[in-house]
Amino acid sequence: MNYFADAVAWLFDPTNYVGSNAIGNRVLEHLGFTLLTLVFASVIAIPLGFFIGHTGRGRGLAVGTAGAFRSIPTLGLLTLVALSVGIGLTAPYAALTVLAIPPILAGAYTGFEAIDRATIDAARAVGMSAGQIVRKVELPLSLPLLMGGLRSATLQIVATATLAAYVADIGLGRFLFTGLKNLDYAQMLGGSILVILLALLLEGIFTVLQKLVVPRGVAAGRPTDIWAGFTKLAR
Amino acid sequence: MEFAIMKGKRMFTAKKGRLALISVVAVGAAVALAGCASGDPLGSGSGAVSAADTLVVGSQDYYSNEIIAEIYSQALEANGFTVDRTFRIGQREVYLPELEAGGVDVFPEYTGSLLQALEPNAVGGTSDAIYTELQAALPATLRVLDKAAASDQNSWTVTQAFAEKYNLTDIASLKNVTEPLMVGGTSVLETRPYGPAALKAKYGIETAGFTPIEDGGGPLTVKALVDNAIQLTNIYTASPNIKSDKLVALSDPDNLFFADNVVPLVSEKVTDKAASVLNKISAALSTEDLVSLNSESVNDQKSAEAIAAAWLEKANLF
Repeated sequence: MNYFADAVAWLFDPTNYVGSNAIGNRVLEHLGFTLLTLVFASVIAIPLGFFIGHTGRGRGLAVGTAGAFRSIPTLGLLTLVALSVGIGLTAPYAALTVLAIPPILAGAYTGFEAIDRATIDAARAVGMSAGQIVRKVELPLSLPLLMGGLRSATLQIVATATLAAYVADIGLGRFLFTGLKNLDYAQMLGGSILVILLALLLEGIFTVLQKLVVPRGVAAGRPTDIWAGFTKLAR
Repeated sequence: MEFAIMKGKRMFTAKKGRLALISVVAVGAAVALAGCASGDPLGSGSGAVSAADTLVVGSQDYYSNEIIAEIYSQALEANGFTVDRTFRIGQREVYLPELEAGGVDVFPEYTGSLLQALEPNAVGGTSDAIYTELQAALPATLRVLDKAAASDQNSWTVTQAFAEKYNLTDIASLKNVTEPLMVGGTSVLETRPYGPAALKAKYGIETAGFTPIEDGGGPLTVKALVDNAIQLTNIYTASPNIKSDKLVALSDPDNLFFADNVVPLVSEKVTDKAASVLNKISAALSTEDLVSLNSESVNDQKSAEAIAAAWLEKANLF
């Protein structure tokens, strides 16, 4: 028996595209769940990361806490939350948000930290207020690293969001759990392939975004032809 | 395939160079998929036959099954056998090939579920009929010893309050329910021969939908039932939750579920002497015993060894 061929056959079986358990529905649910979790985690992690990065305060605490968050087993946390709030979507959203906070937080504060202090001093020297420094200097310069954090978080969520199906009728995890318990490996593998494809798609989108958010000044600041400037000077 | 997902995730977060990342992912996926391409992805392929003077006792990844396996082990040891415990192997599809290959010698099983695993089209019937069918369905290298009176089987379970509200006694009486009846449980429940489709076909019971709760009748399932997030689920009849959370397992006069009596499944290495030890246990083990053993594990958090030792001492068989 060839499981990979069976999984591909499962993916192209038109009967899997109808009803409440249709592949299309599950993909959209999975995507929606992933993006909403990303929003939840961002709302918490980005402002906190900016604050830490701008002020330099609470860094040790944030690094330690984020590290501890990373080590929390998601299924355990999911079960724990579900035992207090019951089954449904709350527990998966909470558990996956906790999973996504550390990379976003790290992206946000390292983005600020990585900025050359001379740049900020220069901004201050030309008379920018603290608010202007954050808005016009620190924020744009930190975006590529922040975007990297969001990208890493998105991949973790999209892969782990299969666990949402542990306590709710949602997402691609339904195919994995159903396939596992029914010994339907074609379905399991088919579901996994869909998760992988979704992850690659999101990765592609973030790669483009990450390029787009590099400020024009930074992108132009590193000419490939190192003699270009000198030639201009000589003229 | 969980392995492949995990692997992919770790690689993505590692933030290597993009080219390296892509090639690593591609190679990893190719390796993972090649591994999946043929054969049983769960089979270990080891199938090593155990040492001649040692009996290997296995158990499912189910706490109650582990307690029974521990009782078997301690009883065999008390009677001069050397026991190698390989507990919490997993579910039937994982360990059955191991038993057939001679890697495990003694395994606590459940008559109906084992029969259905071996013979998907089994007829069912009374507990004795199932035992007879099971003996015929086993492969030549395996046999079951005497079954115990103790049973731990699937059931359609509701809360006591819900049962009183609609005067529910047996499964057919679920027809009395006038509110939407949400079924919850592991995703297999949805497709099992006794699942929602059977309720509709056999008794005309309409269900409102299915909510997956993948902890196999564990605390999340019980909480969902008690919270009224679901109204109907499958809980094992020997679960201590039935008593402690005031649940009612609806009676099953039509044998919709197969009777699941505890029975030792053994390999050819189990001698008559070892068999008689295990048969003595089966003769003594009642369903009430099983519920209280489970309760000691779930409610008192005692170890399987301690629970098994206490039961054997009380039963005073050897």
